[in-house]
Formats: sequence, structure tokens, C-alpha cells
Amino acid sequence: MTTDIDTARAAALLDEAPLASASLFRFATAGSVDDGKSTLVGRLLHDSKAILADQLDAVARTSADRGFGGAAGGIDLALLTDGLRAEREQGITIDVAYRYFATDRRSFILADCPGHVQYTKNTVTGASTADAVVVLIDARKGVLEQTRRHLSVLQLLRVAHVIVAVNKIDLVDFSESVFREIEADVQKVGRELGLGSDGITDLLVVPVSALDGDNVVERSERTPWYTGPALLEVLETLPAADELESHLESFRFPVQLVIRPQGALAPDAVAGGLDVEEYRDYRAYAGQITEGSVKVGDKVSVLTPGQDPRTTTVIGIDFAGASLEEASAPQSVAIRLADEFDVARGDTIAAAGTVRESTADLYAQLCWLSPKPLREGAKVLVKHGTRTVQALVRSVNGKLDLATFNLEGASSLELNDIGHAQLRLAAPLPLENYLHHRRTGAFLVIDPLDGNTLAAGLVKDHPGDHEDERYSI
Amino acid sequence: MSTFLTEEPTLVTDAAASTRLSSLDTLESEAIHIIREVVAEFEKPALLFSGGKDSVVMLHLATKAFWPGKVPFPVLHVDTGHNFPEVIDFRDRTVDRLGLKLVVGSVQEFIDRGELAERADGTRNPLQTVPLLDAIQSNKFDAVFGGGRRDEDKARAKERILSLRDEFGQWDPRNQRPELWNLYNGRHTVGQHVRAFPISNWTELDVWRYIERENIELPGLYYAHDREVFARDGMWRAVGEVSQPLPHEEVITKTVRYRTVGDMSCTGAVESAAATVRDVVIEVAASTITERGATRADDRISEAAMEDRKKDGYF
Repeated sequence: MTTDIDTARAAALLDEAPLASASLFRFATAGSVDDGKSTLVGRLLHDSKAILADQLDAVARTSADRGFGGAAGGIDLALLTDGLRAEREQGITIDVAYRYFATDRRSFILADCPGHVQYTKNTVTGASTADAVVVLIDARKGVLEQTRRHLSVLQLLRVAHVIVAVNKIDLVDFSESVFREIEADVQKVGRELGLGSDGITDLLVVPVSALDGDNVVERSERTPWYTGPALLEVLETLPAADELESHLESFRFPVQLVIRPQGALAPDAVAGGLDVEEYRDYRAYAGQITEGSVKVGDKVSVLTPGQDPRTTTVIGIDFAGASLEEASAPQSVAIRLADEFDVARGDTIAAAGTVRESTADLYAQLCWLSPKPLREGAKVLVKHGTRTVQALVRSVNGKLDLATFNLEGASSLELNDIGHAQLRLAAPLPLENYLHHRRTGAFLVIDPLDGNTLAAGLVKDHPGDHEDERYSI
Repeated sequence: MSTFLTEEPTLVTDAAASTRLSSLDTLESEAIHIIREVVAEFEKPALLFSGGKDSVVMLHLATKAFWPGKVPFPVLHVDTGHNFPEVIDFRDRTVDRLGLKLVVGSVQEFIDRGELAERADGTRNPLQTVPLLDAIQSNKFDAVFGGGRRDEDKARAKERILSLRDEFGQWDPRNQRPELWNLYNGRHTVGQHVRAFPISNWTELDVWRYIERENIELPGLYYAHDREVFARDGMWRAVGEVSQPLPHEEVITKTVRYRTVGDMSCTGAVESAAATVRDVVIEVAASTITERGATRADDRISEAAMEDRKKDGYF
């Protein structure tokens, strides 16, 4: 009935640590059935004290009802992540679930992706926003076909950090030789995929016992042969994707909408002293910076489908009454330009001279996420940045065998397939290669009939352009 | 990062860390992006506004998203008829200050017309669904912003940021669209609408730290005050017109505050001396009980209480 105060924890969170400047790190988990992923997630949440007393009580009651007798004081940690009634009834996980926890170094958003049937859909969804993905392997089983599929998807999506957690190390008696063998297998798969050797993604392997907590939050004394960090330490110290990418990329800003109050100014802003005359003709372009950074005075190009790029200068970067000198991804701001162009939603503002010509021919990898298969000749919608256009599927050019990484002949794509396709767009778009642009190289394929999302799309270079070796499968 | 299988992860350098946005700035930026997407892509959005802290934060984010323009959508409140009077007063002042249009769906009117029946336990929270859907339909709202957060509940942990609802307002958790990158798909057919949850990724602590940082005003009952209360269902319940103690329930005066502000008939207070926003931030950081478990009787009805109400079209 009362709120219990753990002042030590409060102090740790608020005073000793610079919480106000702590950054956000997004990661996802992926695994096969029964490799202990739910237990690992439960363990991370439990040991980082993200599980609160009433949740723990509820789980303890259910554990007791089911006669569970594990090491964590008789608590089945997997229950902490069970969400929906159907999942509890069937003992499975249906959908990606999001969890939140914080240490004194970082705040974490965890996308917990179930590993069975719809693994591609779930892994693609979780990995699309993740700075890192933790892939689980059962130490008794080693690298499975499912593991190869997971790693393959992560390589395609250019996830910055892939961490392979070799779980249930307690069940192989903390054997170094078992771990080293699995580690070597993982490295081999990684090399075949180009994971970790392409300068974009890196790969780490950590031995853990989710059930007992070895190397999850604290380094374990039971694996003296492992000198690396515990899983949580890895997650706390890896650079986030935007730290790695920001210096490589040029400014990109898809325009969401035009802010043009025309006298309809916010009453609270006016009451707070806003000069009504000065803002009568205010006009700014609102959006979120997807890549790079921008400064007042920078030369930028406005890209409008069907028109030549128009070059102008940034004269203001506004955010809710504050004038900024500079802004960078992923800030949401409003940008004012020197020339009064007709700029609208769907246009992109980019650093001048850094974007190639817009094109209506789209070559892409598609991760097919719908039970409704893709067929050549289908009419679909493509959502790219802030623009949605109609598109015709001209050809399906094969699908990837995720276990062997070979491209097989195919003229249609089914649920969980990843394939190559060529689309013709009704209007040209400023498409960029996903390999170098995780936001402006990504798009959705949408069913025009019911509006459902059919596929996650990754833009490839046109055949004939200089093509990256790893993509020319 | 070019070496294969590094033994130690690359450490965050101080220089790199200092140039990154703080987690609050990142969350704010994400929420504003979502609010702007919904306004750009939908015909007629509205914001659910109860005067509760999450909806107050949502409205604050909306003012920042469209500055110096007005917030370009109305606010919608489902009034159970059992709300705290000071919260209704706060709602009206806020709407007035921002020059917004307020649409009210009234549970009481539905009861008076015989279209809803009072529940045996007196709780009116589950009764909000019908007036909510009625208001959405009669005003032709195609997108409704809510302040729901994924850390609140197991079912919410699985809900999308843009969540499609059918003609009956129902959520189908097994048939949700995958949400990829920052590309939100809000397409819907006639009769369907979308619930948008821009602060899905915020925790209760994030919300309070943001309220502190942005100096956002809240109804006074979020802060410690003396109140006549009685114990029921393991919570302190306020004495009020619609919340009367039973003969065996002793009324005492305690220093309390509310962690959520809902219907008086089911929202409990916690004993607390946290009189300022700073005190509350520390209390929330240190609390060992999640907010819903501590103060909402309606979520205790069954383990799947929230899931069931959501499927029926609840917030």
C-alpha cells in the first residue's frame, strides 16, 4: 500500500550517474525454440533490477502453481516476458515485445523477438531499429540452420553489432573446448556472410548461463578461460549505430510537413511574448534528420520527385522556440530556407551535391512478411521516407537460401522469404543504397487493397553501377 | 570496427558519448516525429486528454511539434462522471490556454439513456469504451493519439506505435503489422481507425524526468497532500461523492499522492511525502512497485485484464 523507497538505488540512478546525459541503446534478441531466450531476457531484467516487486510476486505465484524449481529462488524467469493470454496458454511467444531497463550507464530498449515460425518477420522488425542484436545458441546444439538464418538476416539489415550468446554453458560443464568449437563455427559462418569483416558490422561471442546468470550481468568465475566482458557490459559499452555512422554520412531530411501558421499562432506562445508581426509569414519545414548533421549557412539541395534538385541555403533551424546553430540525426527540428521554393511533404532536403539523381527503377532486396505471396506483375505501394508511390513489380529475380546464402531461382516470394526484385515506380524517388544508408535506403511494400505491410525493402544499386561484391549474389 | 571478432568491444569514448543525444532528447524527437507523421497522413486526428500526466506530456509534445503554430487537432476526453473535480478544472484551463477544441464523451449520459449499465463493483473505467468509440465515430476521427506506454503492461508491451482498430474498435494482437525502421504505415479502410502511441518507448521515470526538465504543470493531486482516505483492496481510496467508505472501513487523514489519475471509483492513492516534481522523480526511480499494480483496482480483476479491455476497444 505504501511506496517502498530504496534510496540507495535512487541515488545511484539520479545522483552518482549522469542520468540526464545517459544515452539510449536499442537492441534485439533472436533465438531458436527452447534455447532459453525468454530466460535470458528475464535474467537481464531481473539482475539489472528492472523487475519490480509486484511483477516478481506475480511470477513467483505462477511459478509455484506450476511447480517450477529453478535456481533463481524457484522463479521461472521466462514468465517475466510472457505477454498475451494466448501465449501463456500455449507456452509460446507470438510477437515482438518491447522491454525497458536502465543501468547507471545507459537506458535500454529491448525488442524481444520470438524465434519460431515467423522468425524472419520478427527478426527483421526487431533488427530494423536495433543498434545490436543478441543471437542465442544452445551450447549443447551449437550452430543450427536457424542460427545461420538469423545471422544472414542481420547481415542483410546491416546491424552494427551482432553478439552471439552461447547459452546453457552450465549444461556442458562450463567446457572451454565446447565453447571454442562453437565460437569457431560462428566465425566461419560470419566469414561466409561477410559479418564483421566489412567495416560495418562486428561479431562477438559470449558464453552464458541465463538460468544461473553466468556472464549475463557479472563475469562468471565458472568460465575462467573466458576473459571477455559479460553480456550487459558489452551492451553498455558498444557504440550506438548513430555514433558509428554520423561522421560517415551526409545530411538527409525527409520533409514531414510545412509549418506555416499564417496568423494562427499558438496562444501560449503569444502569451509567452512571441512577436506576432515577426511570425506572420513564418514558413519552416518540419522533419526528423535521418542522417548526418546540418548547420545554419549550409548549402542544401531540395529534392522533389520529377524536378531537378534546387540548391539553397539553410537560414534557420528551429525547435519549439529555440534557434539552433546546428542539429544532427535523430533530432526532430524545423528548417527555414533562404529561397521561397515550393517545398512539400515527400520532398527531401539533403547536403548539396551528395545525392544522385532520383530514379523510378527500383532494384531491391525484399524481406517478405505477409502470408499473401508476391507475384510478378503485382501492383503495390512503396513507402520511402515521407512519400508513398504506386509501383509495379516487374520481376522477381530469385530468393536467398538463408542456410547456404545462395540465390535460388524463384518468380514469387512467400512469407519469410528474402529475395531480389525489380520494381517500376510511378514517380522517381531519391533512392540510396541501403548498404550505406540505413534510413534512405529502406522502404515498405504495402498492399493497396487492405493497407497491410507486405515487405521490408532494402535498396540495391542498379545493375551496371558499381556494385558491392557482397550484394552481387 | 573492421577487425573480425574483436576480443573486447570498442569502448564509447567520452568525446563520442558527449555528442550523442540524451535518452530523453532521443525519446522526445521520436515522439514528435510520430505526431507529425500522423498529422500529415490522417484526415482528422484527435488526442485523448484526461489531464493525467501521460496525456499532459503528449499535449506538451504536440505544442513543440507545431510551434509556433497551434496544435492542429482537437482533444477528446471520455468523462466517467467520477473524475476528480480538480482534474476536470485542470483540463479546462489547459484547453483554454492552448486555444484547443475539447470533445467530451460522457459515460453518465450513456447510463442515463440506458445504453450502459453501472457495474456491480461501481467501477466505471471499463465503461469508457462505448462512449469513446461513439465519439470517434460521430466525429469521424481516423487517428486517435494516446499516452499509452509499453512499460505499463504486458499486453501494451506488444502493441505497435500505430495500432489498427477495426469497425468495433477492437485490437487484434495476433494480426499486427510489422513496424520497421521509422516508417509508420497508417493505411486503413473505411470504418477502421488508428490509435497512435508516440510515447510507447517511454518509461514512467522518463515521463517524470521530462515533466521536471520541461517544467510541465500537472493537476495538484500528483503531489503529496493531506486527504481523507480509507483502505480498500489494498489501496488508499479517497472519500468523495462517488467513493464512500463502507461501515467497517475507517476514514483517516493521510499524506498521499496519486501516481495515476483516473476514475475516482477505482484509482487509489499511495502514501507519499513527495511534494515537488524532484521528490517524485526520486520516488519513482526508487519505487519497487509498478504504477498500475500499485494503484489501479481494475487491472487486478484478472491477469489478462488489460488485454481483454484493449481487445474491446479500450485505450
